[in-house]
Amino acid sequence: MSLREGEAGAHVPDPSERDPDASGGSGGSGAPADSGGSAVPGGSGGSGGPGGPGGVVGPGSSAGSGGFGVGTLLRLVSGQQGSAARGRGPDGKPALPRFAEAAREALADAGARHDLAESAGLARDRLAAATGEPSDWEELRAAGAAIRDRALLDLGAHLEAFERAVTDAGGTVHWARTASDARRIVASLVREGGEVAVADGPVLREVRLADALAEQGISACDAGGPEGRDRVRAARVAVTGADFLVADSGTVVLLEADGAARACLTLAEKLVCVAGMDRAVPDWTDLEVLLQLLPRAAGGQRLSPQVSAWTGVVPGDGPSEVHVVLVDNGRTRILGDDVGREALRCIGCGACSAVCPVYERVGDHPYDPRGTGPSGPIGAVWTPLARGVDRAQTASLPFASTLCGACAEVCPVKIDIPGLLVHLRGEVVDARRNRPVPTPELAVMRGLAWTMADARRFEAAVGRGSRWARLVARGGRIRRLPGLLGRWTEARDLAAPPAESFRVWWRRREAARRRLR
Amino acid sequence: MRVALFVACVDDAMFPGTGRAVTSLLERLGHEVVFPAGQTCCGQLHWTTGYRREAAGLARRFTGVFADAGTIVTPSASCAAAVRSSYRSMARAADDPDLERAAAGLEVYELTEFLVDVLGVTDVGARFPHRVAYQPTCHASRALGVGDRPLRLLRAVKGLDLVELPAAGECCGFGGAFAVKNADVSVAMVADKVRHVRDTGADVLCALDNACLAHIGGALSRLRAGVRVAHLAEILASTGEGA
Amino acid sequence: MTARDEVSRLVREALGPPRRTPVPVPRGYLTRLTGPEAATRADVVALFTERVAALGVAVRHVGGDELATAVAAVLWGWEAKRIVVPSDLPFGWLAELDGVRALADSPVLDVSTLAGADGTVTGCAVAVAQTGTVVLDGGRAQGRRALALVPDRHLCVVHADQIVGVVPEAVRRLDPALPQTWISGPPSAPSSGGPPPHGPRTLEMLVVDD
Repeated sequence: MSLREGEAGAHVPDPSERDPDASGGSGGSGAPADSGGSAVPGGSGGSGGPGGPGGVVGPGSSAGSGGFGVGTLLRLVSGQQGSAARGRGPDGKPALPRFAEAAREALADAGARHDLAESAGLARDRLAAATGEPSDWEELRAAGAAIRDRALLDLGAHLEAFERAVTDAGGTVHWARTASDARRIVASLVREGGEVAVADGPVLREVRLADALAEQGISACDAGGPEGRDRVRAARVAVTGADFLVADSGTVVLLEADGAARACLTLAEKLVCVAGMDRAVPDWTDLEVLLQLLPRAAGGQRLSPQVSAWTGVVPGDGPSEVHVVLVDNGRTRILGDDVGREALRCIGCGACSAVCPVYERVGDHPYDPRGTGPSGPIGAVWTPLARGVDRAQTASLPFASTLCGACAEVCPVKIDIPGLLVHLRGEVVDARRNRPVPTPELAVMRGLAWTMADARRFEAAVGRGSRWARLVARGGRIRRLPGLLGRWTEARDLAAPPAESFRVWWRRREAARRRLR
Repeated sequence: MRVALFVACVDDAMFPGTGRAVTSLLERLGHEVVFPAGQTCCGQLHWTTGYRREAAGLARRFTGVFADAGTIVTPSASCAAAVRSSYRSMARAADDPDLERAAAGLEVYELTEFLVDVLGVTDVGARFPHRVAYQPTCHASRALGVGDRPLRLLRAVKGLDLVELPAAGECCGFGGAFAVKNADVSVAMVADKVRHVRDTGADVLCALDNACLAHIGGALSRLRAGVRVAHLAEILASTGEGA
Repeated sequence: MTARDEVSRLVREALGPPRRTPVPVPRGYLTRLTGPEAATRADVVALFTERVAALGVAVRHVGGDELATAVAAVLWGWEAKRIVVPSDLPFGWLAELDGVRALADSPVLDVSTLAGADGTVTGCAVAVAQTGTVVLDGGRAQGRRALALVPDRHLCVVHADQIVGVVPEAVRRLDPALPQTWISGPPSAPSSGGPPPHGPRTLEMLVVDD
């Protein structure tokens, strides 16, 4: 057997896998029936060994030729494996690393891993205590999910109502189709006001506001930073994010721990508030649910230390000029996905990350290399929904989960994150089905499905696979496999398959019983 | 009663002892076991990997094979969860109301649910003189919600010393295709799981999903940890010293 | 086409024709405190005191006729010389001040005056027992938001009848048209370390048992 060394990162890329969006595109011949043979990767398990059981027999082949071999599977799937070489995205920029690659780098940082594990443990304990306390937590979650759905399924009307109410209260609403539109709008609003106080938050990072201000030569101070106190007091203009937008009253609601946003929205003469347009809620009374769900799920507090709620311009109190920038930036795209729109329920608590065993080990970066989007489990659904799955990085995110379900269990608005991940995996696979040459993985999975579509084919394939695997095994264990399955045996043995499958045993037993009768 | 046994494709090929154990256990309890010969795979792997079309095809096939089977019992918690809840999603994704109806008509039980809820037994007359830890796999505990049924069954096994597994609720890192697509994270996760298993001093780790056990067991084996893995059914079927 | 029109169009396209009936919201959650710990008004007030104290707030109960003395005692403890107060703060609250100058926010005080003050005294609109929260909405005895933000010490006077059990009761009492600040303990220190840059680092409360 020609098997590669097991250390992480030693994988030698096959030329065909360099552009993951084209995987399969440079390898196989056109016909599914033998695409496997020509998708053999250069570096790993294709040479020698496990070719015995025969090539892929696709759905178009005759049943008599007997199914699908383990060796082929090994050769084929190895073509799908990640590589360090990155191509370029559709926009011509260097492609971002796929999740598995970035995760490998993150895992190598032992210090960071220790810190992540430690903080994850603390966050989980706090979360469990805070969500375990109210006897009506499940009723609050059910209400929260419905409130968010109610808002989203009629989002256009709610945003228009919000805009009317803000306008009536002396404020101005702006609409930003993209992050760059949002940057442009904010920059034009703050340009003439001297130093800008900024209370950082997720939506400001999402639209990369700091970069925009720096590019335009606009001086900005971090209201939450150590020098924030005096500089916010001196600033005439301030920018904040927002957690909720109340449609019927035009109220903006913002929860925080440190008071940076509170200072901005109280002391500035001109306030610019940037909000994800998904954060609308229909009625003021809906806050009675969300003000309980968000703090407990976010930081394990009964209520955030500071909550601000304001409606337009308040005469004699606070800014005399108030702007709200509603940001789309992919949200309408998410809204258009009948299944995926559930992700827009998200209220940004981060509980899914706090309990995620994958996030605990790799942190934010593999989910969000640019530092602009959500990370963790919700990021793994949000980013591909908002950006599409035609880039290797976004297409890798739905697979960055074991589907263990811990996230769905804690989500305060009951987003079925595992269900959405599976939905997106389907989108990724479907997007690749249309390629002139199927991806190696598609060929494998089709071949498997075809094999499984007939019990005799299945039995024959099991027989062949077991015979082969038993040849590879030593002392009942398989310690090395080629190709992608070599990723399994780098750290895990595989028990050698038994000589007799269950169904063969069953048939033998039934025959023996008949003879006895 | 008459029970139709559903053996997951992985169990059929790789872990036939589990199906044999379920058969002998249920027969010992006085029930008739049949094995619908046309069964292959429930489609879970295809579904969770994104191959919706293929998954729906296998689901249609499964509902056909088991349409008149009556009570269906499987030792695979994740497959039970697939049939019971994912089939609905598969049917909707495929816009196939016939499949949704057919799936809703199936009466599928994971083994411990069947024993505790349907048969009403927790003491199945087993004897297994070993120190045992139980891993509540994610699909068993979260997707199916088997709760403490496995523990109640284990506590009634004679000679069995049940030890608590620290951080038991945390995923072992298997996750189907995840184990190879994100092998580095998967291995980091199983490393922690193995550490907790070794801390218990158990001889045997059991669970309701052989795929997870293959993953944890594979790591234990690589480390020559001296802990073996066994499906819970095999413990419940055991009556002797030598199991 | 304006950005507004374009986003509106995208939303319409995403959702299809408007829904005739909105999604029903199951409101089975609690809208008041339940259980033996909250059987009486006194229990609700006691829970508020307990929760506020747990957040690091010095809190005392006083009778209505003791309030002026209690306010003076808190300010004496701060060694305050000059405080700022809302222009409509009840005069009686400050009746016992000795050696402390109270500047009313009328005409409007500038930020440096607020920052230079040794503290502020306000009332509140409503308080929440379960979360240990006081809510200011600019109503009577509360003034504008800057008054309770800029000075480094804040004494908040809470009348027992302003204390409700749970968040839904407070939300229903409040008018979203008014500017609200919900305060649950002093601000947290930033994750980067150092003191919290904004908001009074010292928060004290007097609960007036009327």
